Amino acid sequence: MKKEQAQANRANVAYGDGAWSLPGERVRLAEQSPLQLDCGTTLKGVDIAFQTWGELNAEKSNAILICHALTGDHFVAGKHPVTGKNGWWEEVVGPGKVIDTDRYFIICSNILGGCMGSTGLQSKNPETGELWGRDFPVITIGDMVRAQKLLIDHLAIEQLFAVVGGSMGGMQVLEWACQFPDKVFAAVPIATTARHSAQNIAFHEVGRQAIMADPDWCKGNYLAEGKYPHRGLAVARMAAHITYLSEPALTRKFGRNLQDRDAVTYGFDADFQVESYLRHQGSSFVDRFDANSYLFITRAMDYFDLAERFDGHLSKAFKDTPVRFLVMAFTSDWLYPTYESREIVNALNAGAANVSFVEIASDKGHDAFLLDEPDFHQVFEGFLEGCAEHRGLKRNGR
Amino acid sequence: MMNPANPKSIRVDLQLIANMIEPDTRVLDVGCGNGDLLEHLWRTKQVDGRGIEISTQGVQSCVSAGLSVVQGDVEKDLKNYPDDAFDYVILSQTVQAMMDPRGVLEQTMRIGKRAVVSLPNFGYWRLRFYMLINGRMPVSENLPYEWYNTPNIHFCTIRDFVRLTRHMNLTIEQSLFLDEAGSSKTIGNSVSIANWFGEQAVFLLKK
Repeated sequence: MKKEQAQANRANVAYGDGAWSLPGERVRLAEQSPLQLDCGTTLKGVDIAFQTWGELNAEKSNAILICHALTGDHFVAGKHPVTGKNGWWEEVVGPGKVIDTDRYFIICSNILGGCMGSTGLQSKNPETGELWGRDFPVITIGDMVRAQKLLIDHLAIEQLFAVVGGSMGGMQVLEWACQFPDKVFAAVPIATTARHSAQNIAFHEVGRQAIMADPDWCKGNYLAEGKYPHRGLAVARMAAHITYLSEPALTRKFGRNLQDRDAVTYGFDADFQVESYLRHQGSSFVDRFDANSYLFITRAMDYFDLAERFDGHLSKAFKDTPVRFLVMAFTSDWLYPTYESREIVNALNAGAANVSFVEIASDKGHDAFLLDEPDFHQVFEGFLEGCAEHRGLKRNGR
Repeated sequence: MMNPANPKSIRVDLQLIANMIEPDTRVLDVGCGNGDLLEHLWRTKQVDGRGIEISTQGVQSCVSAGLSVVQGDVEKDLKNYPDDAFDYVILSQTVQAMMDPRGVLEQTMRIGKRAVVSLPNFGYWRLRFYMLINGRMPVSENLPYEWYNTPNIHFCTIRDFVRLTRHMNLTIEQSLFLDEAGSSKTIGNSVSIANWFGEQAVFLLKK
């Protein structure tokens, strides 16, 4: 039943032309000149699904681009049309909040390769008329950013006031600053890295293998076969979810508490609350995410190494950058630990760039950037405020 | 943010440092605390200012106030900056708290064309008498710590510091001391007088 419901959701929402029924906006770009991808191929006709909040001022100087993370989407604030839950950055984005919708014009687009309306594996290959599926080209973080750039050009915004994002969103922020330094006034990469580490790749590989080990994955052709690798995707999500938290956060939330029982059952039911929680995380994820997309997006993250194209010198990626940076890390984030943020900061300092860096004390792990963390919010807001003053934005942003 | 037309007053020694800095320059404040000096320099002299600060609370208040400040350890992080990246590098009440004051001063002179250094003077007569009479490490209003919890692990006198600048072949372009009335006087060639009567000193150094 659940599976059928999930497939119905996916069929209604994300696949093929169904994506047009999602709320928000959607444009078809790169129709004349195709989008060049890092893997060597091109995409002609790229759909970008996006949402905006607030109003663009007359000078078009108050636009903030939010880049979403691996399993995020462009439903940043407000009710999510698929899950019915709050947007993923409800804590940060809204009237009077850190990213103030009364003051800034906020844009978030579903990434290239995402499964919420932008061109991706669920789109039709214009040449064959079939859904792309596994034949979709393997994309990179750089490709995602070049697709976002098409949208920003389409919106006729000369320079973004800020590009912000956490985790994979932070990687996109770094790409923006590297590829289009004149298009970005301020950049806020949060809880992220300039290079996916061996440990990061290893965790992703576990997730991918879980999906591919599910017989319902059907070598990637599950759509054609009318199946869905929900077990594999759920396990992938469960494993990944552990890396987003921290030992103290798990202990505080669950400890060794038992789930609806007084004693262990000497079996393999979810005796412990933490097991039940993870199972729920896995199964609810399956309802809103596509398994092949998960493979492709995690691959894009694994390929991310900003210094690689600069002979391993990260500082060259930001040479003479005019961008004002705020780098933030969280003490308990073991997925992208503080020292990875420090490497970014050191590279920026090597060019005497304008950079701020704060390590926020939190025991909530990597996901702290999504949560109610007052110090994080205060620093973030103050930085944007200072940038607004340097940019000459008035209080009301107009 | 405060009103640019009415900059809040800053500590006297910070004002002396600010006076040594030309407008529209690039400045790095090493150990910038809660950012008072950086904010003042931005408001009054339009400097392009940066800071390094080790305390979380200090960095948070700086960045929240719109200042460009990096959380870091001065003794580890200065080496990341390129040569001559700044017109001025400020060490305000910082050198005496370093493990390696000379190393920090060398890095400072490498990344800055000039340095402004302020420090408490351990040769100040009240401190000398405190030790002479009490036989204990001096504790005063300006130096409120006990020996076992002081962050100031490398105290020096004005004469000591002048001597170090000679060893390092640095030029002292300006030097001032602050007496107990809080008025500033030029040190110049009167190192002896300054060393007795200065509670604090400020130096403008050039390579």
